[in-house]
Amino acid sequence: MSVKVRKFVVIVEETQKEIGREIAPPTRRAAALAVIENPFADRYEEDLEVLMQAGEDLGKTLGEKAVAALGVAPSEIESYGKAAIVGEGGELEHAAAILHPRMGKPLRQAVEKGAALVPSSKKMGGIGSAIDVPLGHKDAAYVRSHFDGMEVRVPDAPRHGEIVVAIAVTDSGRPLPRVGGLTTAEVKGEDGLR
Amino acid sequence: MTVEIRKVVTNVEEVFHEGGPVAAAPLLVGSAAVVIANPFAGGYVEDLQPYMEELKPLGLEMAQRLVAAMGGDKSRISGFGKASIVGGGGEFEHGALWHVPGGYAMRELLGDAKAIVPSAKKVGAVGARIDVPITHINASYVRGHFNAVEVGVPGAPEADELVFILAMTTGGRIHDRMGGLRAEDVKGEDGLR
Repeated sequence: MSVKVRKFVVIVEETQKEIGREIAPPTRRAAALAVIENPFADRYEEDLEVLMQAGEDLGKTLGEKAVAALGVAPSEIESYGKAAIVGEGGELEHAAAILHPRMGKPLRQAVEKGAALVPSSKKMGGIGSAIDVPLGHKDAAYVRSHFDGMEVRVPDAPRHGEIVVAIAVTDSGRPLPRVGGLTTAEVKGEDGLR
Repeated sequence: MTVEIRKVVTNVEEVFHEGGPVAAAPLLVGSAAVVIANPFAGGYVEDLQPYMEELKPLGLEMAQRLVAAMGGDKSRISGFGKASIVGGGGEFEHGALWHVPGGYAMRELLGDAKAIVPSAKKVGAVGARIDVPITHINASYVRGHFNAVEVGVPGAPEADELVFILAMTTGGRIHDRMGGLRAEDVKGEDGLR
C-alpha cells in the first residue's frame, strides 16, 4: 500500500423486509472502507501520484474485502460504487486522485467484468461524517432497478490529515423495484450503458 | 407474537493503529444490529416478559452472525457489549427486552463468559446512533478493555421498530496504557476480576 492505513471497516446490510413485505432472497449490500493518512495534508502538491497509486491499491483491497463480505462469487456482484471523504487539511482533488485514475481496473477484477462506469461521490468532511456511496449496475449503467445508494461512515474518521475511502458492492438491486426502465434480463453489457 | 426482522447490519473495524505503534495483529471491533418490528409500539403494555423469551433465538443468531463476520473464531473474542434503540412509538422499557436474549446468547456462545454484558439504550429517531459500551468478557474490571463503539442503522428505527445491537472485540483499546487489571491477570471466577 502506497499510503499508511489506520483502519479498515467492512459493513454488510441485509434487507429481509420492506414496507411489510418479505424480500426473498434478501437484498444485500457490502461496503469496505479504509482510513488512510493523507500525505499531502496542509500544503498544495501539484503531483498527486502517491494518491493515484493508493487508489489502485485500494481498488483491489477494498473491492476484494467487500465481495468477500457478501460471501458470493465475484461474478454474482450486480452493482458497485465508490466514494471518499477528505478530512481537514486536505483538498477535494485528493479524493479525485484516489477515485478516478486507477481505482476502476482492480475493482472490476474483483467483481469480474464491470463494463459500466463506477458511480462515485466525494466530499470534505469531519470526524464521523457520513457519505452516501452511489450504486449502479456494474455492466449496464441504465439498469433502473439498481440505482441505489449506501450510507457509510467511520465514527472516528476522517481526522485532520486523513481520508476515508469507500467501495460498495451488492448482489441485488433495490428491495422492491417497480419503476420500469432497463431490467437486468435485458442487459447486453457491451457498452457499459445497456 | 412473532419476531419480524426488517434488516440486519454488521460492521467490522480492523484497527492497525491510532497514531502509535502499529499492532502486530489488528484489533477487530465488530457490531451486529437487527431492526425488528416493535409489537408494543403505540400503547402501554404491562407484560413484556414473554416476548423476551421469543427473542432468544434472535439473540443467538445475531451473536453467531457477528462472530462469523469477525472471522469465525470465537476464541479470539475478549470484549463485548450490547445496546438497543427504540423507535419513537415505543417505550424505553422496550429496549430492556434485549438484556436476556442478547446478553445470555453472547455469553453462552463465547464459552460461558463470566462478566456482565455492559449495555446502553435510548429512544431515537430514524438514523439515530448509539455508543455501545464494551468490557472484558470474563472480568469487568479489565481496564484496557473499557471501550465503546458507535453503531447505527441508516433508515432505522421507524416509530414502530426496535434496533437491537451486539458488539464484540478481539482485544482492548489499540494503544491501551492506563494500567489497572490486565487481561492476562484475570482470574475469571466472579466476573469482576
